Amino acid sequence: MSDARREPWPDPSPEPQYATMAQQAEAASFGMWVFLATEVLFFGGMLLAYAWARGSFPAGFAEAGRHTKIFIGSVNTVVLLTSSFTMAWAVNAAEHGRRRPTAWLLAATALLALLFLALKGVEYHQEWTEHLVPGLNFREEGPNAHAVELFYFLYFMLTGIHGIHVTIGIGLIAVTMVRAWRGAFSERYYTPVEVTGLYWHFVDIVWIFLYPLIYLVGRSGP
Amino acid sequence: MTTATVTGKTDEPVVGTRNYLTEGGVTLRSWLLTRDHKRIAILYTLSITLFFFVGGAAATLIRLNLVTPPGIFTPDVYNRLFTLHGIVMVWFFLIPSIPNTMGNFLIPLMIGAKDLAFPRLNLLSWYLYMAAGLLALFAIVIGGVDTGWTFYTPFSSMYSNGYVVLALAAVFTAGFSSILTGLNFIVTTHRMRAPGMTWYRLPVFVWSNYATSIIMVLATPVLAITLALVAVERLLQVGIFDPALGGDPLLFQHLFWFYSHPAVYIMILPGFGVISEVVPCFARKPLFGYKFVVWSSITISVIGFFVWAHHMFVAGISLYAGLVFSLLSYVIAVPSAIKVFNWTATLHKGWISFDAPMLYALGFIGLFTIGGLTGLFLANLAFDVHVTDTYFVVAHFHYIMVGGMVSAYFAGLHYWWPKVTGRLYHEWWARIAALLIFFGFNLTFFPQFILGYLGMQRRYFSYAPEFQLWNIFSSAGASVLAVGYVLPFFYLGWSLFRGQRAGANPWAATGLEWQTSSPPPTHNFDRTPTVTRPPYQYRPEPEPQDV
Amino acid sequence: MGSMQILPATASSHAADMDWLFAALVGTSGFILLLVFGLMITFCVRYRANSKVERGNRLGRTWRLEAAWTAATFAAFLALYFWGADLYIRIHRPPPDATDVYVVGKQWMWKIEHAGGQREIDSLHVPVGRPVRLVLTSQDVIHDFAIPAFRIRQDAVPGRYETLWFTPTEVGEYPLYCAEFCGTYHARMGGSVVVMEPSDFQRWLDGQGAGPSLAQEGEALFRQYGCSGCHGAASTVHAPRLEGLFGRPVPLEGGGTVIADDRYIRDSILLPRSEIAAGYPPVMPSFAGQIGEDELLKLVAYIKSLADRTAGNTEAGPPAGGKQAGPPAGSAEKDAR
Repeated sequence: MSDARREPWPDPSPEPQYATMAQQAEAASFGMWVFLATEVLFFGGMLLAYAWARGSFPAGFAEAGRHTKIFIGSVNTVVLLTSSFTMAWAVNAAEHGRRRPTAWLLAATALLALLFLALKGVEYHQEWTEHLVPGLNFREEGPNAHAVELFYFLYFMLTGIHGIHVTIGIGLIAVTMVRAWRGAFSERYYTPVEVTGLYWHFVDIVWIFLYPLIYLVGRSGP
Repeated sequence: MTTATVTGKTDEPVVGTRNYLTEGGVTLRSWLLTRDHKRIAILYTLSITLFFFVGGAAATLIRLNLVTPPGIFTPDVYNRLFTLHGIVMVWFFLIPSIPNTMGNFLIPLMIGAKDLAFPRLNLLSWYLYMAAGLLALFAIVIGGVDTGWTFYTPFSSMYSNGYVVLALAAVFTAGFSSILTGLNFIVTTHRMRAPGMTWYRLPVFVWSNYATSIIMVLATPVLAITLALVAVERLLQVGIFDPALGGDPLLFQHLFWFYSHPAVYIMILPGFGVISEVVPCFARKPLFGYKFVVWSSITISVIGFFVWAHHMFVAGISLYAGLVFSLLSYVIAVPSAIKVFNWTATLHKGWISFDAPMLYALGFIGLFTIGGLTGLFLANLAFDVHVTDTYFVVAHFHYIMVGGMVSAYFAGLHYWWPKVTGRLYHEWWARIAALLIFFGFNLTFFPQFILGYLGMQRRYFSYAPEFQLWNIFSSAGASVLAVGYVLPFFYLGWSLFRGQRAGANPWAATGLEWQTSSPPPTHNFDRTPTVTRPPYQYRPEPEPQDV
Repeated sequence: MGSMQILPATASSHAADMDWLFAALVGTSGFILLLVFGLMITFCVRYRANSKVERGNRLGRTWRLEAAWTAATFAAFLALYFWGADLYIRIHRPPPDATDVYVVGKQWMWKIEHAGGQREIDSLHVPVGRPVRLVLTSQDVIHDFAIPAFRIRQDAVPGRYETLWFTPTEVGEYPLYCAEFCGTYHARMGGSVVVMEPSDFQRWLDGQGAGPSLAQEGEALFRQYGCSGCHGAASTVHAPRLEGLFGRPVPLEGGGTVIADDRYIRDSILLPRSEIAAGYPPVMPSFAGQIGEDELLKLVAYIKSLADRTAGNTEAGPPAGGKQAGPPAGSAEKDAR
């Protein structure tokens, strides 16, 4: 469009199906909201299964909950919340057209997400050595063995699918970071940063639901 | 163009020299990498036609087997056939049928947009669909699946000896294709409307696809995760659906029907949309009670989420759950009835002509009414106890799915054929096919109501001799139906090459899609149209055919 | 080839009610169908494109008409709903004097055991005019016990007890089907229900060999599995006494009560920690995987037979009902897990 602008970043033109950049930005963020609605129901199915199983085997779920690694889980919660903070900061930086801070904050977010995955890996490893992996390596005695197995089945499904979401998020953030570094965004156009941010906050919120269900509920009460 | 809903200088001659079929190249590559919603719609049309014939072939073999008990196939082959028929027809034909072909092609045209909001996502959706479809076909070729399309646990997770996990993966993937389409339609409808195209000026076809998309986006993920849980349960022998593992098979049924009942509305709502376009056009009258028709679609898509357990009245749910779900099922019948009355009232004092699309549409109204009314029988708590899982159910949902949805699909296919291809088809052959389908359909499926009431259970490869007479009627009807479905293949194919050129608006219809040339150019409109009037402003006198 | 049969046999007390309901449904839908088809055909003929009929003075405002037909259809639908719901409730409330018959589905047969210990496979003999309550379960996948002539059916779900009752009204033999797809020979899983005069039925029962009754077999199992070690009268373990238990409410540890019905007994054997009786330590081991469905039914029958006995150290309340204290809320209060 206009190559001779003062800013280092050229003003992008909308994709052919849109009339204006504003329309494109609205469509992108609205699309992400609709996608997140899908995601809520995706996790919702599993949470319903969790609720049913917990209602059926309260004692077993309490026992299993006490086997969880609360220290790693709590550290991970802090890590993820912090990453949400750096993400929000990155969106804010992008909004003000600050190129380098945007990229650095996105990098920090991605690193925190990687740390989350690494800690999750340590946790999975410990569970493997303790024979808590249903179907593959599960050995548990006692009257509640069965319910413990169900708990861990749901635990691996929930955290595994959440982990996949984190991984996809890291990919998205990395791509956005590179684009930010190369100067693809400006005050007038930072939709990808905003949309990635929406996704990332959702991943974080899912964890905020999982954390108490996995680590805390079993430890309350007798 | 006196019937136009558009103002502006669109009166220049509309000769389809520059159109989406030739613009951008005609190579295979240009098709496989296209982002044009119209080309993707064509890709979808070809693929769902393939799957329709695969599913139809299975149906033919099923009806052949049921002519003479105990039939010509072994039980295992028969069980695989009906499972194949169900999976292919539900997920690879009915669910994508109208939304992904006509919806894809028409929604941007109808709202005056250049394309859907996310063209790449649209193409990805087609690739996911194809990957899923090929996976399903692969599962069938290497040995098949015998669970029925419902995948009930613990049979599917522990006892079945078919390739269940592959089939689950196929349906899982198809689910994401459908989610992406729904997402695209919702955003497009919200954000891409032309100036002046207010919500109440949207054609009902767009409204019904919008309602459908809401269901796709909110119900499909639940199916996806449920099937994933079944697959893991089958692979690792741990899970929450098998009672032997401490699970509950009813939990599976609740989750499955939470998707699969709304999915029925995914299959029928777009059909309502097509009929609401065709009936006013051939009755030359505005749609009666536009707002009622629109809001009944939205109501159906919302209440549709709260009726799922009416599939489980004999499965062991509590009495109170049964009472509530039955009541809601009666409530959801009301908006469907409203639609039927509105279409009928649209005919009142019109100038009705009986071209092929109208014949299909009238057939739709008749068959859908029968299907809907027998739905009342099944929603009835006590009566359901007698007929659920019998041929009564089979007949009921085929009246909705085949009599309703497939008729609507054919109505739309004929109605928009000139727009999509720029050619006219042979009207008399089309009318003959429409009549064959109507009579063949009734002969096939009406006897099944009687069979069900007599007590013939579904998914039986063999049956008692007293049921044979009705089964012979049904199979005879199926052969008529098969001829009716194959005929369009020929005369539509012929029209592609030899058909008379269609003008921009051969039906003298209102609606933005008729304001651009046939076939439309890649970006749909030469200039963005501005809308000043509500839809369906058909004049009281029949218009001379314009072009 | 069969003749042109249109209606199935009508052989139970529900069947006649169901046929009336069917008639009402057919009548209502027939009326709506005739209305829609009649109007459609009339309009199509009268207002065909080349007809010269007067078309002025069209319906203008639509909402009155819309409200009218919405209200009319809704009212008709509601009437049908209440009729069906009422009958459904009756189908799910067995009379207290119903005779229990236990049914286990397995691929691909129905195993049936009468209270007297008589067993049959793929056939069910019942006396005419007496209510029968079936207790259904499955050993493998979900099956469905359907008797069209009685207009009833119920899924047999593994891990659960479902009940179904009927009163046969006509002597004869009626087909019995499995109606939930259960694998290769689903279509062959069925048999017949033989309705006999009570005297013939008694003769049939006697002719089945005088084996021990279901409850007696259950008593033997009760000892064999060591249940009597804790629950027996001589036990020193603090375990609940089972005499007079069946059909009564049991207070649970942590609040709430549950009716001691078939399901509760079964779950207590297989999942002893899910619903612990108040005041007892949760020490009972689970018998899941050790006791088959047939044996479970016998144990339940035995515990049920203790319903009107009283235990020495338990407060003897009044008997919980008739001879066979069917779970009063056996169906109405089915757990909705």
